[in-house]
Amino acid sequence: MDGILVLEDGHFFRGKRFGGEFAGSGTHGAGEVVFNTSLTGYQEILTDPSYEGQIVTLTYPHIGNYGVNPEDSESSGLRAAGLICRDYHPVPSNWRSERSLGDYLALANVPALCGVDTRRLVLLIRDVGALRGVIRAFPDGDDLPIAGRVRLDELRPGDIEDPRVALLAREAQVHPSMAGLDLASRVTCKQAWTLGPANARKHVVAMDFGIKLNIVHQLVALGCRVTVVPATTTALEIMALQPDGVLLSNGPGDPEPVTYAVDTIRYLLGKVPIFGICLGHQLLGIACGGKTYKLGFGHRGGNHPVRDLDTGRVEITAQNHGFAVAASSLNGREVVVTHTNLNDDTVEGLRHKRFPAFSVQFHPEASPGPHDSHHLFKRFAELMERPLSPGTKS
Amino acid sequence: MKGHGRKILVIGSGPIVIGQACEFDYSGTQACRALRSEGATVILVNSNPATIMTDPSVADRTYIEPLTVEALTDIIAKERPDSVLPTVGGQTGLNLGLALHKAGVLARYGCKLIGASVDAIELAEDRQRFAHAMAEIGLMTPRSIIVTTMEQVGEALERVGLPAIIRPSFTLGGTGGGMAYTVDEFRAAIAKGLDESPTNQILVEQSIAGWKEYELEVMRDRADNVVIICSIENLDPMGVHTGDSITVAPAQTLTDREYQIMRNAALLIIRKVGVETGGSNIQFAVNPVDGQLAIIEMNPRVSRSSALASKATGFPIAKIAAKLALGYTLDQISNDITQTTPACFEPSIDYVVVKIPRFDFAKFPGAKDSLGPQMKSVGEVMAIGRTFREAMRKGLASLEAKLPPVDKKWLDTDLSTPTPQRIYAVLAAVRNGRSLQEIFDLSRIDPWFLQQFTLMARMEAEVGARVLAHTNQNVSAHDWLRYKREGMTDAELGTLLQRTEKDVREDRHSKNVVASFLRVDTCAGEFESHTPYLYSSYESACEAKPSARKKVMILGSGPNRIGQGIEFDYSCCHAVYALKEAGYETILVNCNPETVSTDYDTADRLYFEPVTLEHVLEVARLEQPIGAIVQLGGQTPLKLAHGLEQAGVKILGTSPNAIDLAEDRERFGALMDTLGVRQPEAGMARSEAEALQVADRIGYPVLVRPSYVLGGQSMRIVYTPDALSNWLEVATEATPDRPVLIDRYLEDAFEYDVDALCDGEDTVIAGILEHVEEAGVHSGDSTALLPPFKVKPHILQEMKDVTRRLGKAIGVRGLMNVQFAEKDGDLYVLEVNPRASRTVPFLAKAMGLPLAQQATLLMLGKTLAEIGLTEDPQPKHWFAKAPVFPFKKFPGVDVLLGPEMRSTGEVMGVGATPGEAFLKALQGAGINLPTKGCVFISVNDRDKAGVIDVARALHEMGFGLIGTRGTALALFDAGLPAQLVFKVNQGRPNVADLIRDGGIQMVINTPLGDVSFFDDKAIRVAASAHGVPCMTTLSAAEAAVEAMQRARTGGMERYAVQDWLTK
Repeated sequence: MDGILVLEDGHFFRGKRFGGEFAGSGTHGAGEVVFNTSLTGYQEILTDPSYEGQIVTLTYPHIGNYGVNPEDSESSGLRAAGLICRDYHPVPSNWRSERSLGDYLALANVPALCGVDTRRLVLLIRDVGALRGVIRAFPDGDDLPIAGRVRLDELRPGDIEDPRVALLAREAQVHPSMAGLDLASRVTCKQAWTLGPANARKHVVAMDFGIKLNIVHQLVALGCRVTVVPATTTALEIMALQPDGVLLSNGPGDPEPVTYAVDTIRYLLGKVPIFGICLGHQLLGIACGGKTYKLGFGHRGGNHPVRDLDTGRVEITAQNHGFAVAASSLNGREVVVTHTNLNDDTVEGLRHKRFPAFSVQFHPEASPGPHDSHHLFKRFAELMERPLSPGTKS
Repeated sequence: MKGHGRKILVIGSGPIVIGQACEFDYSGTQACRALRSEGATVILVNSNPATIMTDPSVADRTYIEPLTVEALTDIIAKERPDSVLPTVGGQTGLNLGLALHKAGVLARYGCKLIGASVDAIELAEDRQRFAHAMAEIGLMTPRSIIVTTMEQVGEALERVGLPAIIRPSFTLGGTGGGMAYTVDEFRAAIAKGLDESPTNQILVEQSIAGWKEYELEVMRDRADNVVIICSIENLDPMGVHTGDSITVAPAQTLTDREYQIMRNAALLIIRKVGVETGGSNIQFAVNPVDGQLAIIEMNPRVSRSSALASKATGFPIAKIAAKLALGYTLDQISNDITQTTPACFEPSIDYVVVKIPRFDFAKFPGAKDSLGPQMKSVGEVMAIGRTFREAMRKGLASLEAKLPPVDKKWLDTDLSTPTPQRIYAVLAAVRNGRSLQEIFDLSRIDPWFLQQFTLMARMEAEVGARVLAHTNQNVSAHDWLRYKREGMTDAELGTLLQRTEKDVREDRHSKNVVASFLRVDTCAGEFESHTPYLYSSYESACEAKPSARKKVMILGSGPNRIGQGIEFDYSCCHAVYALKEAGYETILVNCNPETVSTDYDTADRLYFEPVTLEHVLEVARLEQPIGAIVQLGGQTPLKLAHGLEQAGVKILGTSPNAIDLAEDRERFGALMDTLGVRQPEAGMARSEAEALQVADRIGYPVLVRPSYVLGGQSMRIVYTPDALSNWLEVATEATPDRPVLIDRYLEDAFEYDVDALCDGEDTVIAGILEHVEEAGVHSGDSTALLPPFKVKPHILQEMKDVTRRLGKAIGVRGLMNVQFAEKDGDLYVLEVNPRASRTVPFLAKAMGLPLAQQATLLMLGKTLAEIGLTEDPQPKHWFAKAPVFPFKKFPGVDVLLGPEMRSTGEVMGVGATPGEAFLKALQGAGINLPTKGCVFISVNDRDKAGVIDVARALHEMGFGLIGTRGTALALFDAGLPAQLVFKVNQGRPNVADLIRDGGIQMVINTPLGDVSFFDDKAIRVAASAHGVPCMTTLSAAEAAVEAMQRARTGGMERYAVQDWLTK
């Protein structure tokens, strides 16, 4: 059962099919192809709503080893548009495993390819940036090499002539690009939901742009009740819930088109403590006058070193984002940069100069990834304990 | 430059022993270089001359002195370092650092320990305190109790239960440790453990054999930044020492949640133990049923595992640890490989690394080959593949191990008892379709690994089925690629397809199925890599980017084993240095993760690959070097010479034909005859009858061995036809394909090792070592002195002449080693090896000459005159070499030295007199000559006159003399008082009883020939078991006496290598 991944630039990668059905055409099995360098945590990654619309390539070659268990999903189901890996074996080994990854993917009808030369795919994405692609079925035993590039228009050196593959590349080209796409509205909850005891000391309203469950669990573990609300919930509706703090969740894609949330955040600033994570961080940045831009190939993995500029300490963080807040756009604004990425100096955290609001680009809830930054939830809890500074209206 | 103005003493790990091998040369060398690159002055002490770290250019001041508190105190007093770094020299370094602190030496000279504090070392090493500390941070350790006396056995049994593990404190590689399943075993193991532990303290621990075992390599800086460099999962479950386990990086069967729990625990532990800067290794066990996590141990230093983790990820742990010890923080240090990102991160890898230990049980007949908590492997290989299956297959190919027969009948105990053979038993069981549940129940090897083995077996079956289907001769490119992507070697495919390895290779090459090389880049491809550290796979793009420079390929020596170890890696590294300096690009191929040669910093381009014809040819195909160097890495590369030459790879230096001339007995014998050089009478036999006939013609005793072996494997001295028949039955078989070699054994001869450099015409004698033992002891196991101290001038001259003639006649270009024996004034050539020998680094250090580098230039076609070597160098001091043996790890084996090499390592002693050098070498090897007590003397008739002076000197030093009848009489006649004792077979109490009772402190026992061979043996076995030094030649006795006299005069001189350099 062969399959193929074809990218918009004509690159193709062959593999064996597993998981969900392979569509002949259309948006199923199509998306932006990104890579994640985590060694563990495929279940969390594939269920993370931030991967909405993306085909995830896992750089670690063996995937599926420990199966899928009932506890480690980050949302109600699979979110990635597809999975690409080097090696998959259907029989898992782990005491918590409930079913194989292949079965789990099949249930949600998410197509996956194994046996792929993921190393070449990753180097390609690294060098040219994230590309759109489609995964499709392909005839078994075909003579086409395991990877290469087909001729599209002009003949480029090394191009292979193959009209079948070229057609699939055209299909990838017409798939909508991530930039300018409001994906948050696609993954946000339709209705508000709550977790945590009714008599909790603090009530957090979480704006759901694609929230990972572990964010909610971390807050609940600190004694909060969390109400998760749809992304489009207005500031007045949020304030009506009488929150002690508002959490701006992570989410997929480009923050620019999520203009409705920016307005909401601007209104909430100063009225209630705010903690933004990932997309929520970018939205806070925009709300404070900053600009965002698309990174070449993004940060996706569990090994990114981030410096806390206040303490000088470095934390190893989990990351998953394709866009970032431009440091230069923050000059003269009311936010300061609190964290930077040691690898590329990108902005990793912000704090409002006057209001109780802060945010980080990385994922303090981890899952998957190191727990070095769990303490940020405590920081948020402490912020909720303090009175709002004088001069700000309640 | 935080090292500026600092003076740091680095402690090396000493001789190679099981559990502490050349990984500490790798880490120590890295540390020294890192410290110096930061402006620090580095003083290094290591007794092991075969190390790169003791090269004069690595440290500022290098002392090849015994690793004792006494020697280190002298050196500290002389050099006055401000700090001591004890964490890169293994357990030896750590123990010495602690001992220096306890002896007050550090305080006296105002030195501080860096890298790990005394508190941290003690907390990590004291198992009871460690268990308490873990409990305080909520982590579980197996139930345990500290035992210091035999009285506590009952209490221990009650508390811990059976099965139990006994672990002595402060021993390396778990020496003295063991498993106990019964009460008797429990008692015995505790008694042994108490004896082994230098602190008389052992930990008796609940056995959690069968749990999954993991390791994390952790680093911490002074700002409390902590990162995990690598996770490792053991294929062999708990119960087998991690050094003896097949291990895999990264961990394969943990979810992120479980991995993060382990990571969090590691962070808590390194902080709790208080390792302020540097690397630590933490071992965990996980219950496969419910995931319960237990902490096994923590090593607050770089380790074998950290060397493996460095090679597996590209993150140089020791180098970074050294910089952290100077006060840098992780974020201030850059990642060499990406150059743009800092070292403060956690490597991600997009391949699988498999480490497989290499064992040498064949060298220790009588030792049980079951594995347990005490390490027994002598080396290891590492293999990198895109999948576990590919890495596993490459690892097995790298091992160069003799495979069990395909049709071997395996028993259930072969699956349930961990042994070096178990992996083959498991693979066979999978191939034979045994249920994985059954295999798991017996072996407790995680089902994930068993599934992978199933996939391997399935692919083998698919390939094999082509024979019956008659499609074995026409394999498509598509199928070749599928097979190669599964990691199958050409040799394996050849066997399955019933085609030759060469045919397989040529066929797939003609269809363009060739290896692609991928980079080890620390980041799974996220950033560009600037270091060509490569491994092969069969993917669609090659990242090697070979240059157009003139380049030379150097083949490494593969896994360490007895007879082929660090010495060869030393020579390979030196070839790299010489070639770089001569303007060549260097390409190194090796699969041994413990070595300096596989540091990505050593050669310009590193291919971490099996040293097999297939893998080397794939590298050569891509790189197109001007030639390959095969004579520096021991037998492993040497045996590839013909294949490489046939495939069009030029062999630099001595030609394969010339190598063959020296290895082929008949061709060599003919050459010796032409040159008029004497050899011990010899013959070759292809059957038992023929063997008996040949031995009869030559005359007993004879030296027998199989042809084409390394390190004297299965070599024996036999005194009778019965013994010969017995040997043929037990050790080997004489067949037409594999004849046995039979030489006259020159009993009671003096033996010499000569190393020389030849340019094809001229020869320079690099040095001559005189063995202190009688001929017949393998040269690698001999104690030896440089220069020869008893040799007659004409013999010396003759050795030089013969060596020169041999060099020219064979056509040696590079290094050559000749072994001579002198008996009754006649000189015999025992062996000629047209390659680097084990003694090259020793001689290079002693002479202050970079011999392997000079040899490399000769291989490139330079003449001796062109490299400025026209005269035989002369040593400026006396140098002694002493071997160390692993007998303690193999209880019950015969400790008697013979023609089969069994030492794992060696030390060097340097002195102004032979006695001083000998004394230091013995001290370095852990042998302490007595200062008082009694010496037993029993010598053959020839030595009776000579031994009188020795005995007199001993008497004058106040030693009592004890002798068997003949010797005692000779002593009486000379007016020396001697006590008479029975020989072993004469009655009791005999000499062996006396040794056992502590009545004898040293033995002088020269061989008495056939009759007393067994008596000698009993004496030496008793001496070895009780740590009584034993001198087996008159020269050794003389040297020992001189050494003892030297020891009495007090303080030793400590010599720095830099002070005796030639130039």
